[in-house]
Order: sequence, then C-alpha cells, then structure tokens
Amino acid sequence: MTPKDTSAAASGPGAPVLDAQGVSKRFGAVVALRDASLILNRGEVVALMGANGAGKSTFVKILTGALAPDSGHVRIRGAEARVASPAEARRSGLVPVYQEPSLIPDLDVAANLRLGKTPVAAFRHWVAALGIADLRLDDLIGRLPLATLRILDLARALAAEPDVLLLDEMTAALPTDLVDRVLSVVRAQADAGRSVIYISHRFAEIARLCDRATVLRDGATVGSLAITPGVEERVVEMMLGANPPRQSAAAQAARAPRAGTPRLAVRGLAAGNRLNDVSFDLHAGEVLGVVALEGQGQDELFDVLAGNRRALAGSVAIDGQTARLRHPADAIAAGLTLVPGDRSRALLMSRSVRENIALPLVARMAKWGVIPARNEAARVSAAIDRLQIDTRAQGEVRRLSGGNQQKVTIARWIAKGVETLLLFDPPRGIDIRTKRQIYALVRDLAAQGAAVLFYTSELGEVQQACDRAVVIFNGRVVDVIEAQEASEPSLMRAAYGLTSGDAARKAAP
Amino acid sequence: MRRLLSDSGWTLGLAGLLAALLVMTKLIQPDFGVSGLDSLGRAALPFALATLGMAVVVIAGGIDLSLASMMAVCSVTAARMMEGASDGQSALALIFVLALGAAMGALNGALVVASRVPDIVVTLAMLFVWQGTALLILNAPGGAAAPWLRALGVGGLTLPLIPEALTVWLPRSVIFLMVCLAVIWLPIRRSPLGLRFYAIGSDALAAFRSGVPVGRTKIAAYAVTGLFAALGGIAVTMSTGIGEPIPGPYLLAAVAAVVLGGVVLGGGRGGLIGPILAVFVLRLVRMDLTLMSVDPNVTTIVEGAIMVVVVMLGGVLAMRGRRT
Repeated sequence: MTPKDTSAAASGPGAPVLDAQGVSKRFGAVVALRDASLILNRGEVVALMGANGAGKSTFVKILTGALAPDSGHVRIRGAEARVASPAEARRSGLVPVYQEPSLIPDLDVAANLRLGKTPVAAFRHWVAALGIADLRLDDLIGRLPLATLRILDLARALAAEPDVLLLDEMTAALPTDLVDRVLSVVRAQADAGRSVIYISHRFAEIARLCDRATVLRDGATVGSLAITPGVEERVVEMMLGANPPRQSAAAQAARAPRAGTPRLAVRGLAAGNRLNDVSFDLHAGEVLGVVALEGQGQDELFDVLAGNRRALAGSVAIDGQTARLRHPADAIAAGLTLVPGDRSRALLMSRSVRENIALPLVARMAKWGVIPARNEAARVSAAIDRLQIDTRAQGEVRRLSGGNQQKVTIARWIAKGVETLLLFDPPRGIDIRTKRQIYALVRDLAAQGAAVLFYTSELGEVQQACDRAVVIFNGRVVDVIEAQEASEPSLMRAAYGLTSGDAARKAAP
Repeated sequence: MRRLLSDSGWTLGLAGLLAALLVMTKLIQPDFGVSGLDSLGRAALPFALATLGMAVVVIAGGIDLSLASMMAVCSVTAARMMEGASDGQSALALIFVLALGAAMGALNGALVVASRVPDIVVTLAMLFVWQGTALLILNAPGGAAAPWLRALGVGGLTLPLIPEALTVWLPRSVIFLMVCLAVIWLPIRRSPLGLRFYAIGSDALAAFRSGVPVGRTKIAAYAVTGLFAALGGIAVTMSTGIGEPIPGPYLLAAVAAVVLGGVVLGGGRGGLIGPILAVFVLRLVRMDLTLMSVDPNVTTIVEGAIMVVVVMLGGVLAMRGRRT
C-alpha cells in the first residue's frame, strides 16, 4: 500500500474517514511498528487483528494520540491529525474506549461526566440503551463493578458523538447479555454513519459486527480482508505469515508415561474476573505448555499456583494431596516455584548474581544464623555453570542482558532443587541462542523428574519445548494438543476459540 | 441521606472529637474561656494554613516538602517590605507576597512535571533552596508587621450593630482562616480545576485519557499550595510581629493533620474541612496535656499514638462500611 494522492479525494464523500499510512515507531533498539496502515470508511466497522506482539497496542496508542509516530501519517477526514494527547484526538473526532476503564475511581459518575464535558442526557440515553437500568449519577466509580464501568465508558464515548469510535477489547469483561447489547448498539451506530475500529480476539463477535479485518504482523499491515463466512482461516494464516514450520526438537524425545498420581492436579480453578474454570493434570517428567491470547486468565492461573493470589473456586492437589496456597512461601514449600514473566518482579536488581541465586536457599525462616557460605557457593556455581550465565557483570543483576537475567531467575530454583517449575513466558524479549538454552534446560529438568508448566506467548515454542499444550480461552480450557499436532496454525485456531469444546475434556481425564 | 453521612462521616467524627476535647479542656481548666479560645486560634493559625496547603497538593496526588521553607521566605519578605511602610504600601506588600507564594509553588510543580523526578525528591531539594533564600532575605529574625495586619489576628470578633457579647468568643484568627478558605478553596472546589485536582490524584492515567491536562493541573495544585504557604508565612509574621527566616515545625505537623483529617496520602480523596479540624484537635490535645502538666516528651508520644489509632480506626470502619 503506497500513500496515494489523498488531497484530491479527501473532500469527496467516498473519502476514508480515517487514513493511516506508513506508521512506524521504535523504542530504543526495538521496532514496534514498521509500516502499519489502516483505512476506515464512513459507516464501516473494521477489526484490527494481530497475534501477540504484532504491534497492535502501539498502533492504537498512536491512533489515539497517546504516542507520536516516528514516521507516517494519520489523517482524519482528510485533515492531518497531529494528535498529541487524548484530548486532541477527541476533538478531531476519534474517541477511544480503552481496555481498562478510564473513569476516575474516587469521583462519582456525575463528576466524571463533568470532567470530560460529556452531555448528561445523551449519556443516560446510551447507558439505558446498553442495558444498565439502575445507574445513579451519585454512585462512586470505585464502587461499581468492572462490567458496568466498561458500559459507562462506552456510553460516555457514544455521547461525545464521535466520527470514529475505537473499541479495544470492549467485551472482554462483560457478561453475555451485555455483550449482545453492545454489539447491537455499535452495529446500529455504524449503520447510522459512524466508523468503528474494533479490536478483539473473539472471532464470533468480529463475524457478527465487522465489515473488514485489517491484519498486523511484526509491526506491518499485511492485508485487509472482507469478513465473509470462513474468512477466519485466512486471517489466522495472515497473522502467522508464511513462516516455514520449525523443527520440533522436543517431539522426538521419549515421553515419560503419564500414569499414576499427577504431580499437580488442578480442578475447576477460578480467580479474579478472568480465570473461570480451568482443570488439567501435570505429571512428573512432563512439560505442559499453556497457550492463550493475552488476558484469558493465564496470569491469574500462575498467580494462584504461586500463592500470590487466592482462588475463588476449585482445588489444587500436589502428589494427590490438596494444597493450600495462601502465600508464596506455601507454594515454594509445596515445591511450586514461579519464574514470573516480568523479570524485575523476581530479581533484586542491584544485588549480585550470586545473592540472587542463593536467595531461596537462605530465605527459609528455619535457617537462622550464619549462612553456610561454602555449601551455598558450590550450589550457586553449579547452577551458573549449568545455565552458562555470563558473569562478567555479576556484581549487579541490572547490568546483565535480558537473557542472562532470565537465566538467573531460573538458576535460583535449580540451585534450590526443583520439583514443579512454573515458567511464565520466559523467552519474551531474549535472543534466539538463549532461548534454545532455556528450552534445553527445561527438557533436562523434565528428564530428571521435574514437572514444568510453561506459558508462552510465542506459539512456535510449544513444539520445541513441550509435551502437550492446554489452550485457555475466556478463562476456560478449550483444547489440549499433543506436541506433534501443535503446529502454529492449529494452536492459533484453538487460542481464538475456533475449536469445538469437546476437546477440553481430554485435559483432566 | 445515608450517602451524605458516609461521605462526610470522617469530618463529622473529627468535629465530635473536637467538641469532646473542648469540653474536656473546660473541665480541666474551669476558667478556659474567650482568651483561651483566642490563644488557641492564634497558635493554630499558621499550622492550619500550612495544612490547607499540604492538603491541596496531596489531594492532587503530590506532596510538597518545601512548604515550611516557603512559609519562611514569605514571612521574611512580608516583614522586610512592611518595615516602616505606610498602610497602603504594606497592603501592596501583602499582595506581592501572595503572588510570590503562588509563583514559588508553581515553580515546584513545574520542576516536578518537567523533570519527572519523584515529587518527594524535587520538593526536598526545594526545601533547602527556599531555606537558603529566606536567610538571604533576612539573616536573623527582624522586620515588622503592619499594625492593621497584627490586629487582624488578635482578639475576638467585633461587628458593628451586634452586641459584642454574642460574637467575642469567636477568635479573629479563626475568622481569618475561614475567609482564606472561602476565598481561595470554595471557587476552586466548584470549578473544573478542583475536579481535575481530584481526578489526577485519584488516577492520573484515567484523567489523561479523559482529556485532563495532567501536567498543567499539577502545576496549578502546587501553585495553590504555594499560595496557602504564603498565607501561612504572613500568619507567622502577623502573630510575632517580625519575619522568621528559620522554618518552623510546620511541615510534619501539616502532613500529620492532613492524614488525620481524612485526606488519603495517595491522592484523590478527602476535603479541606477535615484537615482544619485535625489541626485544632492536635493543638487542643497538646494544650490539655500541658494543662495537666504532663511531661512534654510524653505529649509528643501521645500525639503520635492518637494519629495512628484514629487513622487505623477509620480504615477499619471504612472496610466494614464497604462490606455491608
């Protein structure tokens, strides 16, 4: 798509309402967007799609004025939109509804409306139309449930009578009846002439609501498709690109038999408002992948297992014994060790590599007194060797590269001795060589009898490291796929909830 | 009605506590009366103005550690300019000092916004800057206050046409405080600006997304704090008759009263009446303990204990209220 001469066409009735071309953005050395483009016509609903890390959220921030692009342009109704803030984007006719509610928790509804100069009558009309009957304007925002807040956010956006409405995962936290209302209202608004950018992971909603889907991959727009029956497969292909299937290093390994009492048995687990009902078994010697789109409940799942958060329902059994995980120390004592996705949450950044690795060894309250230095040093050195951590900058962990930091988070649990490892998206943002080392290590640990639960946002990794993968969508297990069959397309289809539900029963026999 | 009660419950509770303390004072010291109230009001005035300033910036999600130093700068500036000046000149000096306070506060805010250094660090640095500035202006206590200014804060209220006995129990210093509050805070509280203070203190990202100019709003909040600091400095000069270049014990006392007054340190919640009541509660506790001839060192321990217990109790009550 090359930038066309839009100046002549801009004033005509057929001109696009929003026209973004060649948008790029880099953060330091990381290129988030290379060449993103989006065309939106009057009365059209366009789905903006892309796998995790394709640059969707960066693109949204640029469209809404929260970020300035390095190059490219965004035109709204033919006029160059130089939007430097959400307030300016609003004035130029684009009103976003973000994933997290943008209402002020300590103010009541009326004050929030005054803050954004929203007309109250129109707002009330939309709130009622969207299915919330008993709203009081003197309700404090902080005391309202999340689903209501999403609706209020949408009603506020509609009351501003935008030319372009941007809905980012609008339906994620909504119950089904409200989803229905939202889709009908938004479709009616589009038919009345407004344009909508709709970001969602749910194909069913996109099929019902959208006219076109624009697909992003690796920071560039790779195409735009009209929504017709069966287009899902094409969209999935576009999101993945024509990557040749990677060799699966793991698939050929001899599998430990999955029999007897599982190391970790999860039944009907629910937590927060995203994790609804997840069950699976994890056996000793197994690497079980967890595949999910962003925000499908995987964060809550790992938090519950690591003792960071209480479950609302369901049970966790370790070696057949029901476990009570009330505190991270409980989980660690039960042999469940978490390597979080955000390395800064796990490491003492200004302390040395050795101290970081030795922390679980010395942190147990039972061990008062002097740290047995020689024993500690031996175990730490062994872990460093095993992971080939580059220790040239070992004085302060913050000075290590991201990959080496990631290795430290894993090494501490190897030094302690690992039973069940919970790995949350370890290879995010690290180079391919370190990735391979981490896969090899994960397989090694499993071969020695550890059980590994491995969430990854990069689908290509599943075959390389895992024996099976459970796919979570909307807080539920929707599929369980053996490594041999876990190609990227099949995982992607499952992750978007495109498989039949009966497969879920395989997870917990 | 229930909503109204729960929203202003904290303030009502403090008012009850204050009334109980006044009764207790009368019991301890039977001749506590008009002059007692007057000296209480005068002693509390600089603390109350400092607390108002701190409360505004805390509501907007910030903090200003340079508050007491700004008061010192304003106190010495006012005292130097009023020394030997006519009534008209000293009135101009007063206006100049108020503008100076707002400008100093705005500078604090602009530095916080532009440097992106945490507010606690920026204003700690400014504490030293303003402290030095105050000493440059006047290196020892000195200067003078205009007589009419001094008269504003001393004695009871007298109004023409109304018998003195009806109004004299109300100290002029308290009237002065109420006027400051009404003239500065009421218009702000009712304007979009006041709403924005609460918005950025409650959730800066949501406020930004609602179209609030977060940076400018923050600078405005610091400027209002500076304005109250100027009034506080003037109050010091007013009650002592001279300029005082060394900052008084106002900073931590203001933070204490803000917290006790129901303003959440994270921002976004609370008002200005609560903190004022808290100032008087803390002053009265101190006065009562002194009247009971308790060791002054024990007095500070009791003050600290009251703060922790009251805030903790409030937290427990708020939690229980939410559950029902």
